[in-house]
Amino acid sequence: MFRNVAELVELANSQNKKISEIMIEQEVSVTGRSREEIINQMDRNLKVMEDAVERGIKGVTSHSGLTGGDAVLLQKYIEKGNFLSGETILDAVSKAVATNEVNAAMGTICATPTAGSAGVVPGTLFAVKNKLNPTREQMISFLFTAGAFGFVVANNASISGAAGGCQAEVGSAAGMAAAAIVEMAGGTPEQCAEAMAITLKNMLGLVCDPVAGLVEVPCVKRNAMGAANAMVAADMALAGIKSRIPCDEVIDAMFKIGQSMPTALKETAQGGLAATPTGRELEAKIFGMPLNEK
Amino acid sequence: MKYRSVFDIIGPVMIGPSSSHTAGAARIGRVARSLFGREPKWANISFYGSFAQTYKGHGTDVAIVGGLLDFDTDDERIIHAIEIAKERGIKIRFIEEDAVPDHPNTARIIIGDHNGELELVGISIGGGKIEITELNGFELKLSGNHPAILVVHNDRFGAIASVANTLAKYEINIGHMEVSRKEKGKMALMTIEVDQNIDDNIIKELEELPNILKVTKIVD
Repeated sequence: MFRNVAELVELANSQNKKISEIMIEQEVSVTGRSREEIINQMDRNLKVMEDAVERGIKGVTSHSGLTGGDAVLLQKYIEKGNFLSGETILDAVSKAVATNEVNAAMGTICATPTAGSAGVVPGTLFAVKNKLNPTREQMISFLFTAGAFGFVVANNASISGAAGGCQAEVGSAAGMAAAAIVEMAGGTPEQCAEAMAITLKNMLGLVCDPVAGLVEVPCVKRNAMGAANAMVAADMALAGIKSRIPCDEVIDAMFKIGQSMPTALKETAQGGLAATPTGRELEAKIFGMPLNEK
Repeated sequence: MKYRSVFDIIGPVMIGPSSSHTAGAARIGRVARSLFGREPKWANISFYGSFAQTYKGHGTDVAIVGGLLDFDTDDERIIHAIEIAKERGIKIRFIEEDAVPDHPNTARIIIGDHNGELELVGISIGGGKIEITELNGFELKLSGNHPAILVVHNDRFGAIASVANTLAKYEINIGHMEVSRKEKGKMALMTIEVDQNIDDNIIKELEELPNILKVTKIVD
């Protein structure tokens, strides 16, 4: 069983296999389930992600009314063709937003690694799909690669906003996505690790400060930027750029930053954007009064 | 290694909006329901830490009640769980606790009916994964690193041996085991951590053994 990214990369290189394959083999050995059963389950998860993206880009609204409809706005904007950044990146952002808007509306999603950060991995996957035309098998492999890196983060740091802030959720998701994009684009296991490191470095310190305690503001837009971050970092790694700090040390730094982060900034709705005048006003409107005065 | 499966990371498939506060809460509720073995008539649910601060926003309340109604994380009935519970005549009370828990996402559930009650403390550690830390006043010292089952049984000779024998028959190795009871000859509890995954049919077979009252998988 691999315990860190260095071991994961070493396993892949020594056996001349992809990271996704190492993850599948470990799953078989740990659970005793058949390879076919495991791949079929991931295929079902992929279908859930596909359905959520499709639902989101048609437009949904959450019960609170705080979020919804932004994925539609972005898709229409892309269609007009006069965007500034790039089609694939905006498509990824739009589909990440779509997934999280469905999540906020209490729709069905697949946590990757959490529900609050469920947009980043599918958002990038379905955008890169249009560029690379992968087979269904390659799309499933994308999720195993993302899962392998998330597995290391979950065991060595945290994937919980309440324990580690948003860097542990959207930060982890973005790192996982970046690594998976690199593998799908034909990069090496080392380049996957570099992409994860570059992404996570730029998510360090991100707090979890949901307005009114809802997984909506700023979560939806943090998924948007997580997807954008993952896309750019993947391109940087594929260009041959390396992180000066090794991936495992970045993950460890993220864990320590999470531990020293004040509770008010870890999913308690007491600090950050949740405590801004507008944040409190929205909270009062939704619940009748601010949460901490009820 | 707290997380063992890739599906702890890519998954669960669930109703939004939060894996720890919605899916995790539903799972804690469902473990309580499974250990109780029937639908309770009443439930007192205490929230601590982040659960206490944000449960309304995350639907932690509907999710935990959904779990008590035996709904899985992706069951859309979760959204209306509190209304469904009301229709079925289940009395539910939520309590926001000020005490600072060891883990930020902690819930204590006390459920019961005229035949008995059950008290359980669960924590939601991220991505929908949970741990049960206390059951009926018994503190559970589970590492969370291996699959684990809880066995509620009558405190009689042979009960422990029969469970161990059945696991041995299926070549399942016990890595850690604790047996606790409150009173001689009454209800007792085995907490068993194993190296292999335990199939549902083995759980069923364990439950059919003499003096075994209830077997529940608490860590996959």
